[in-house]
Amino acid sequence: MFGPLIIKPITSKGDKTGSWRIQLRPEFLKKNCIGCKMCLVICPEGCIRGKEKNTYTCDYNYCKGCGLCALICPKKDIIMIEENFKEEKK
Amino acid sequence: MEDSSHLFKAGHTACAGCGQSLAARLVIDAAGPNTIVVNNTGCLEVFSTKYPETAWNVPWIHSLFENASAVASGVEAALKYLGKKDNINVIAQGGDGSTADIGLQALSGMLERGHDILYVCYDNEAYMNTGVQRSGLTPFETNTTTSPVGTQSIGNPRPKKPMPEIALAHGIAYVATSSVAYPQDIQRKVKKAFSLKGPKYIQIHVPCPLGWRHEPNQTLEVAKLAVETGLYPLFEYEFGKLTSVRQLQEPKPVEEYLKTQGRFKHLLAQKEVLAQIQKIASDNIQKYNLKVNPSA
Amino acid sequence: MKEFLEGSHAVAEIVKRCRPGVISAYPITPQTHIVEDLAQMVANGQLNSQFVNVESEHSAASVVLGGVAAGVRSYTATSSQGLFYMAEVIFNIAGMRLPLVLTCANRAISAPINIWNDQQDSISLRDAGWVQIYAENIQEAVDFHLIGYRLSEDKNIMLPVMVCMDGFILTHGMEVVDIPEQEKIDKFLPSYKPLYKLDPAEPISMGLLADPDYYLETRFALQETLKDVLKMLPKISHEFNTNFARDYKDLLVEEYYTKDAEKVIVAMGSVCGTIKEVVDEARKKGKKVGLLRLISYRPFPAERIYEILKNVPKVAVLDKAVSLGGYAPIASEVKAAFAAKKKSPKLISSFIAGLGGRDITQDSIREILRKLNGKEVNLEFIDLKPELLKESYGG
Repeated sequence: MFGPLIIKPITSKGDKTGSWRIQLRPEFLKKNCIGCKMCLVICPEGCIRGKEKNTYTCDYNYCKGCGLCALICPKKDIIMIEENFKEEKK
Repeated sequence: MEDSSHLFKAGHTACAGCGQSLAARLVIDAAGPNTIVVNNTGCLEVFSTKYPETAWNVPWIHSLFENASAVASGVEAALKYLGKKDNINVIAQGGDGSTADIGLQALSGMLERGHDILYVCYDNEAYMNTGVQRSGLTPFETNTTTSPVGTQSIGNPRPKKPMPEIALAHGIAYVATSSVAYPQDIQRKVKKAFSLKGPKYIQIHVPCPLGWRHEPNQTLEVAKLAVETGLYPLFEYEFGKLTSVRQLQEPKPVEEYLKTQGRFKHLLAQKEVLAQIQKIASDNIQKYNLKVNPSA
Repeated sequence: MKEFLEGSHAVAEIVKRCRPGVISAYPITPQTHIVEDLAQMVANGQLNSQFVNVESEHSAASVVLGGVAAGVRSYTATSSQGLFYMAEVIFNIAGMRLPLVLTCANRAISAPINIWNDQQDSISLRDAGWVQIYAENIQEAVDFHLIGYRLSEDKNIMLPVMVCMDGFILTHGMEVVDIPEQEKIDKFLPSYKPLYKLDPAEPISMGLLADPDYYLETRFALQETLKDVLKMLPKISHEFNTNFARDYKDLLVEEYYTKDAEKVIVAMGSVCGTIKEVVDEARKKGKKVGLLRLISYRPFPAERIYEILKNVPKVAVLDKAVSLGGYAPIASEVKAAFAAKKKSPKLISSFIAGLGGRDITQDSIREILRKLNGKEVNLEFIDLKPELLKESYGG
């Protein structure tokens, strides 16, 4: 007989750490973005995705609101705004 | 990576702005999917694999606090036996406590035996997972819970154990330091390491917002200042020869780094201690020739 | 094929034929000859294995943990202090449900430092979740390694096995042993097919954190699996007998003249050879004595012990270990087998002997049988030297 032992990554969905945000959330303005990818590279959650410029956004299910992306963006195209609790998380 | 197909997925429970989670992802993304990871106990292991969740999209194993190097040695031996070692990377990783203190013996054995393994030390300069206790890599006069500031003490009385030099003394293929302030540097060094056969050691400076007492969005700034003051020199050694350093245009005074973090704020009025810390930085700058145009 | 071999060398010969892919080695008397022999076999190209000379026993166990986790049969050996140094890894391997065979050359525990035989080392780790089987002679030590891998790698078991052999007595003694042929061994023990392993083709995470919502079930599963081992050992023994013509019956216990015995000694390991001599001599004189030899200590065969001893009036349990401040380990577990049962021996006396390699002679055994004529003995040390004992130190 076996108990809880190993886990396959395919069955693991992770914790919805987006619920941790209580103050700020990042807003991706998608206006002056040059597609440098720095936000994608430095997000500790790895939840930012995008392809060409002005397509970058984060997965709000996982974003913890640390604010590193807003600080790193060379074009200030990401700003931290007040967390909106009423908005439904997809 | 264009889209978000990282090998270390979101949904882990690290603190917001955790330098180690960022570095861990950069390391495994650079290593690629044909990698087996062996992890020591610590923040990284705890926040990334709480049953029934795992953040790792590569084969991953955790055994105990100090034995990742030894378990990785066994994995590497098994892969050699199966004839698969040439196609599979093996990483053994842990924090500064499990590397420089409790795991030093196993690490030394692994380096001495010449296994084809990359060891990554995530240096957040204390035993963070158990609540910010002092480790062998805690810097001079840092305020931690087991080297607290009081009437009889101003923090950790010892300088950092020279881990990269200890690794270097084993005569291994590659030794490097890096910092989460320079993500591309981390990935370049990991790829460089895997292009060489034999034991490799990379130590990555990773700020801990909780333990170092700074805002979560300051992680990269703080890490950068550590490098820019000369307190955390970034260098590479290949087969014992120094092959690169990150040079500094104008090294910043150590106060600029120390004042960003709560764990050092008790030092800002201590002129003598600041001078001692500045000497550590200046010694690094001289030893590694960090200053561009030193004669200027 | 029959050869006159030193115990350690015989063990090395069988381990070689079990084809481990990863062997880790750290020297400690009295197991060192085993790993030395294996090193020579690898050096001569007679054994295809990755031989890893580690820097401590903690790493020796960790290396084989990694080897098995990566899907390769692995092996290591240790004793006494080494076993204690790797103790946390021992618990780890069982908890991670990884198959392994480890030879424990039983040796006394420091302090004081003593390299001679007793069973304090392996018995002290009885809680770890490993299967522990004890050899009486070198042939058993050889056969139990083969049986150990077979049991360990069974898909319903997946538990590590510790083969215990008395240090010096069995490791350095010499006997005529039959080392089976490779083809027969390959048929009895096919190559290891892991249920789970570290492989980039199918990534898994092993060794996760289990919080209070999950941990209890892992321990329950281990306990249930060790119960299954009680049923599995007789089956494997039967198959072993079919293949190699040596019958270990249920591989749990050995009954030696216990059927009509009035006095039975319960013991484990090489001392049973001496006890059998005393039993034979007594039986010639018409005395009804017998020996119940424990082969499997973990899992503990409580039911078999109950069945065999329930009608025996006088039982002596001989322990080569002691739970200081408490009771002798085997004696307390034998007594527990009769708790709240209708039938039980009139007395179960507990004796400690042989610690630190003190010789257990036939006279010592006769002494124990004599003491069974008196009242029940709670716990008594045999062959003690009172002249060595002081009440206090200094002053």
